[in-house]
Amino acid sequence: MLEAVKISKEFPGVKVLNQVYFKFYPGKVNAILGENGAGKSTLLKILTGVYNEYDGEIKLNGETVTFSNIKEAQNAGIAIIHQELNLIPELSVTENLFLGREIITPLGLLDTNKMEAEAKIIFKKIQLNVTPKTLVQKLKVGEQQLIEIAKALLCNADVILMDEPTSALSDSEIENLHRIIRELKIEGKTIVYISHKMDELFRIAENYTVLRDGNTIDAGEMKNTTEQDLIRKMVGREVLIEKKNTATQFHSTILKVKDLNLINPVIKNRKILQDISFELKKGEILGVFGLMGAGRTELLETIFGMHPKTSDYQLEIDGKKAFHQTPKDSIENGLAFVTEDRKTEGLVLGMDISSNISLTTLPTFGILNNTKSKNSAKYYIEKLSIKTPSETQLCQNLSGGNQQKVVLAKWLVTNPKILILDEPTRGIDINAKNEIYNLIKELAANNMSIIVASSEIPEILALSDRILVMADGKLKDSFLAREATEDKLLKSALPE
Amino acid sequence: MTSTNLWNVLRQISVNVCISVGMTLVVLMAGIDLSVGSILGLSAAICAGLLKGGLSFESLDLFIGFTVLGGIIAAMLVGMALGLFNGWVITKFSIPPFVATLAMLTIGRGLTMLYTKGIPISNLGPNFEFIGSGWFLGIPVPVWISLVMVLIVVFLTNKTTFGRYIYAIGGNEKAAFLSGININKVKLAVYGIAGVMAAVGGVLVTSRLNSAQPNAGMSYELDSIAAVVIGGTSLSGGVGTVTGTVIGAIIIGVLNNGLVLLDVSPFWQQVVKGIVILLAVIIDKMNQKNK
Repeated sequence: MLEAVKISKEFPGVKVLNQVYFKFYPGKVNAILGENGAGKSTLLKILTGVYNEYDGEIKLNGETVTFSNIKEAQNAGIAIIHQELNLIPELSVTENLFLGREIITPLGLLDTNKMEAEAKIIFKKIQLNVTPKTLVQKLKVGEQQLIEIAKALLCNADVILMDEPTSALSDSEIENLHRIIRELKIEGKTIVYISHKMDELFRIAENYTVLRDGNTIDAGEMKNTTEQDLIRKMVGREVLIEKKNTATQFHSTILKVKDLNLINPVIKNRKILQDISFELKKGEILGVFGLMGAGRTELLETIFGMHPKTSDYQLEIDGKKAFHQTPKDSIENGLAFVTEDRKTEGLVLGMDISSNISLTTLPTFGILNNTKSKNSAKYYIEKLSIKTPSETQLCQNLSGGNQQKVVLAKWLVTNPKILILDEPTRGIDINAKNEIYNLIKELAANNMSIIVASSEIPEILALSDRILVMADGKLKDSFLAREATEDKLLKSALPE
Repeated sequence: MTSTNLWNVLRQISVNVCISVGMTLVVLMAGIDLSVGSILGLSAAICAGLLKGGLSFESLDLFIGFTVLGGIIAAMLVGMALGLFNGWVITKFSIPPFVATLAMLTIGRGLTMLYTKGIPISNLGPNFEFIGSGWFLGIPVPVWISLVMVLIVVFLTNKTTFGRYIYAIGGNEKAAFLSGININKVKLAVYGIAGVMAAVGGVLVTSRLNSAQPNAGMSYELDSIAAVVIGGTSLSGGVGTVTGTVIGAIIIGVLNNGLVLLDVSPFWQQVVKGIVILLAVIIDKMNQKNK
């Protein structure tokens, strides 16, 4: 049995796990449920030795264990299968299977024959029909996942952690995976299963543990609970964030998106986004909610012209047809895009505030007008209350919230008709968060049209006039703000 | 060291200064240009060839002679064309600059050998020789020319939107792209400028020797990259100055010449130069950490 006793983990300023407890039983599938940010990934990282500084104890079969790295966790019999598979496509299935654990001959050379023989035995056990020399890149996603399971079996893991194992699988692949999981159960393995798919959990899991905001909320047996009950436990919050309660009528349409499709650039017959159509009204704040992997970011990126080669759609801005080949095209059509990751996509960190703000508005060849860009930087520092000694401060020296405000300023200076925001308050403190919420509402009140994508339900509810829900690259539902509740949104966002 | 001696050292350094200010733009953008030496060689050879033999089209019974200015402009156009070709390959096919310009290094040198048939083109006339060997207001002409080149590039980097975009692309290419910057246009222009600067260096070398050598500019890319790095420009882009590069070029040049004057063996010169490059980069790294 794998057991946690009062596990707490703190990062500077945030407590991500607070006295979390759980008991995972052998021969059972133990589900962990929780929203994004509930602490699931931190927990997994502690269990697999990635994080080794925490309070509390982990007990394996009654004995306290500590792992200082992944290898030690593996040696103790704990293996993890990540959501993103960690295989090397250019190597064969056998080479991947034995990576880091190669069998060698007495002369110190690779013992290929022995490894391939062992691989065959394991593949037979999990009913994977591949020859040992097949390259991993030739395999389907489901088959690759089985290779990961084979790896776990190879190191004789007693505990197998699976993080969203079915998110990329087809129905028949899911069936196959579940069959193998049932066999592993019979062998007495402890399976820890993380998934957002409720019906799947009710089919395969015996026990559940619900996490919310770093706390264990409840644990018990699946047969004694219902889907409604679990969802309520996942979202229930003590502090209720004020919901926007507008009944404003919006009339003129500013943006019309029709039949938007985005193809996976690697696997051509797979669509990342499928048949998405929606409208945005002038002065409206449109929320786009979805769980991780639902396709929110990709939808915004496609509209902004970042995937011209793999997407097709019809776009109308202010009644005029448009297709965006590059971000430059969309900026010219009045769009602005505050990206999810301010450090890698939003800012040139080594440049000062004033230069960063000016990037969106300068022509390719022209003489710089430093006074002008400094003045506009000063204006936004004042207006958005960016905390900085001056406009010549380098962006790398600003806090997250202030960096985010510089990104906002950089786009507001283009005077956009449509402002698109992707996770506008990720990783910033509550004060800056509220300031940004107020700013967004003020902009909309001044007739700017706004799209906000977020994986945080309270954020979506606090801002939106209307909410679109996405799941698996499709548009699932549309709610008016006054109809929407946390339960409804989450239920709609859970993949089928 | 007498003052004439000093000026002569600067006269030699001015070639590397021209190449290196162009290289600075490329490196600021997180790129690299290994082909500058070959571009120098080919543009110098064509410049000399045109000055000496002109262009003749026998079928049309047409002969075009070249003035000194015409030869120089031709050299610069050749440099620009080769540089733009580099930029085109890099942007159009998303080929790493290292590989694209490595190919140009060989192509350029091969074309130079074909054009000159491996034989120097010499005796290009006193007017042309003046550019490399003459004096103006008590200062060697090449020093004036490189000064003008430096001022142009300083102006580009500090005062124009183009310069700011070079820093932005080197600092965070994705953010620059998302800001609506036409990245390909900027890259194309930068490699074009690097080509022109190499060609100017080629004119200076050729006129000083009054002869275009088939192997002129061989391995000049190394001294040029060294000057950029010693001058404090980060090879990962986004950070650095043109004036830093000028100082770097002077340090390299003084090392090359000073060690000769001190009668240090040429083998030791190479070792010392390498150590100076290492020290410069290590000091730079330590400064960054302290920040």
